[in-house]
Amino acid sequence: MELILAIGIGILAGSGVWLVLRPRTYQVIIGLSLISYGVNLFIFVMGRVRIGMPPILKPGTVGDPAGFADPMPQALVLTAIVIGFAMTALYLVVLLAARGLTGTDHVDGREE
Amino acid sequence: MSPLAHLAAIPVLLPLAVGAFLLLFSEKRRGAKAALSVTTLTILLGVAIALVAMTLVPTAEGDPPVIVYPLGNWPAPFGIVLVVDRLSALMLLLNAVLGFGCLIFALARWHKMGPRFHTLYLMQVAGLNGAFLTGDLFNLFVFFEVLLAASYALLLHGSGTVRVRASLHYIPINLVASSLFLVGVALIYGVSGTLNMADLARVIPTLEPHDRMLLEGGAAVLGLAFLVKAGMWPLGFWLPTTYSAACAPVAALFAIMSKLGIYTVLRLSLLFFGEESGASAGFGAEWLLYGGLATIAFGGIGALASQSMPRLAGYCVIISSGTLLAAIGTGNSAVISGALFYLVSSTLAAAAFFLLIELIERGRDAGADVLAVTMEVFGDPEEDIEDEDAEVGIAIPGTIAVLGGAFLACTVLFAGLPPLSGFIAKFAILSAVINEAGGVSAVHWLYVFLLMLSGLAVLVAMTRTGIRALWAPQESEIPPVRAAELAPVLLFLFLCAGLTVFGGPVMEYMDVTAQVLYWPQEYARDVLGGQPAPATLPGGTEP
Repeated sequence: MELILAIGIGILAGSGVWLVLRPRTYQVIIGLSLISYGVNLFIFVMGRVRIGMPPILKPGTVGDPAGFADPMPQALVLTAIVIGFAMTALYLVVLLAARGLTGTDHVDGREE
Repeated sequence: MSPLAHLAAIPVLLPLAVGAFLLLFSEKRRGAKAALSVTTLTILLGVAIALVAMTLVPTAEGDPPVIVYPLGNWPAPFGIVLVVDRLSALMLLLNAVLGFGCLIFALARWHKMGPRFHTLYLMQVAGLNGAFLTGDLFNLFVFFEVLLAASYALLLHGSGTVRVRASLHYIPINLVASSLFLVGVALIYGVSGTLNMADLARVIPTLEPHDRMLLEGGAAVLGLAFLVKAGMWPLGFWLPTTYSAACAPVAALFAIMSKLGIYTVLRLSLLFFGEESGASAGFGAEWLLYGGLATIAFGGIGALASQSMPRLAGYCVIISSGTLLAAIGTGNSAVISGALFYLVSSTLAAAAFFLLIELIERGRDAGADVLAVTMEVFGDPEEDIEDEDAEVGIAIPGTIAVLGGAFLACTVLFAGLPPLSGFIAKFAILSAVINEAGGVSAVHWLYVFLLMLSGLAVLVAMTRTGIRALWAPQESEIPPVRAAELAPVLLFLFLCAGLTVFGGPVMEYMDVTAQVLYWPQEYARDVLGGQPAPATLPGGTEP
């Protein structure tokens, strides 16, 4: 399970980095999205991989921490997803504005 | 908790609330919006002064006080806290002064150039304040995002191809930096089981060696994210382009954004890797030192090579970042105290310079700077003859005289010449480096040398620019400048002069501030409410 997750995160982040370094704005935005998926998964995994375990106690019970998933990374990842999504949307607008103003989709605003 | 402690939450909550409230108004009611923004910034200035005053009064035990504000009233390692100590209070005050001055400047003209300026501006101020106040890493991330989101929009304020093109680089760089931030935070949480800065200062000395490696890796990744903001070479190539593209009041406010990177590096490196942190003590200090030196060199060369004034200002910001990073890297509290003085002085100088540039450039053609540099190289025979005859006896217009005087003050501040505060700041750093106990190492001599040399480079670059722009202007008109626009520039410069006059008391404040930074365990005890250190490791190593 850990291995699959690690490989998945690696592929997402690796493809993301490659795309971010490409010259077209569309590639950059897809790359940024892939990186943020990779990072979100990474945060999630940092709470340890546990299957079928709830993150919160039932009311009135005393729980053994070993029987529960860590709720913190789940809360963090939720925040990170929201922020990442908003920033991607914002970049999309800038990307369109740049396309309109410069007439090219090169990240430098001009063809080499 | 005393009622006064609630003041700690105001620098975040007030601008957020007012900023959101301003969205309800139509864009046509600019007067009302401006009035509300100015009122908000004035209140923030008052609150910041009050907070600094509160940190001046020592506690019953004689320690400098740390005001801890638990949001939601949960105790520290579990709940989220805002922490005001001397360093945070200082940064809040600096931010409030800067925010106030730049807003006054913007009211004269720039706030009409695009929609929702006031909301964005207040959000930026709120994000900066929050980042200076927060006591845990994840909220630091959130406040970074708040201020970055506002800065993306503010950079685009006024629109135009240049700004959009700069955003096209600025936004992805910061998005990638934010991803690094998250990776660092996640790694640190995974190893230590906490994100509270004070709790981390307590947990880090107790870590196992195999966890320590991961934690240091996490801290290094986290540091990268801050160093991108601070503009350390080679992470700071975006900075001059972005700052020179932004409109003047925004660029001036951005001057403190690079200092935020410095602030977090200073705070976290001393909290996590101070002398009491066991095997990790001093982690990353060498990187900061060498990186800082490279940054000073890069900034100096960049300043000499700059063909336009905004870029020159950008490189001045980079030089000051490099100076501060290298000062942190020396790991000497006397150097840090000089560096804090330098931080305040250079931020005010940079802001004044960004505002001033816009005023000077109003009367000039675009591209005049490039032409000026070309002429310097190839010469212009006609000019030499004409100047001698025609301009003898012509009085210098008042506006140009004031602008020129302000430009001169900026030059003196950046180059670190007497009599202004730039000199005292550099002198404090240099004397602390040279008087170090146990002799001065070769690298520290290099630091001294680079600091001097960068001052010279800035002096040469700024004198050249100043002569071309103000002393020997070619067919330029007197720029139409309003008193309200000149006032903030003069305010910042007078504050720098004030720093010189009251150098003694200010330096004392910085000394104590720097010393407190070297007692992370005291900070941890204050924030966590005197709880004993954990006997076993929380989180992390449990099954």
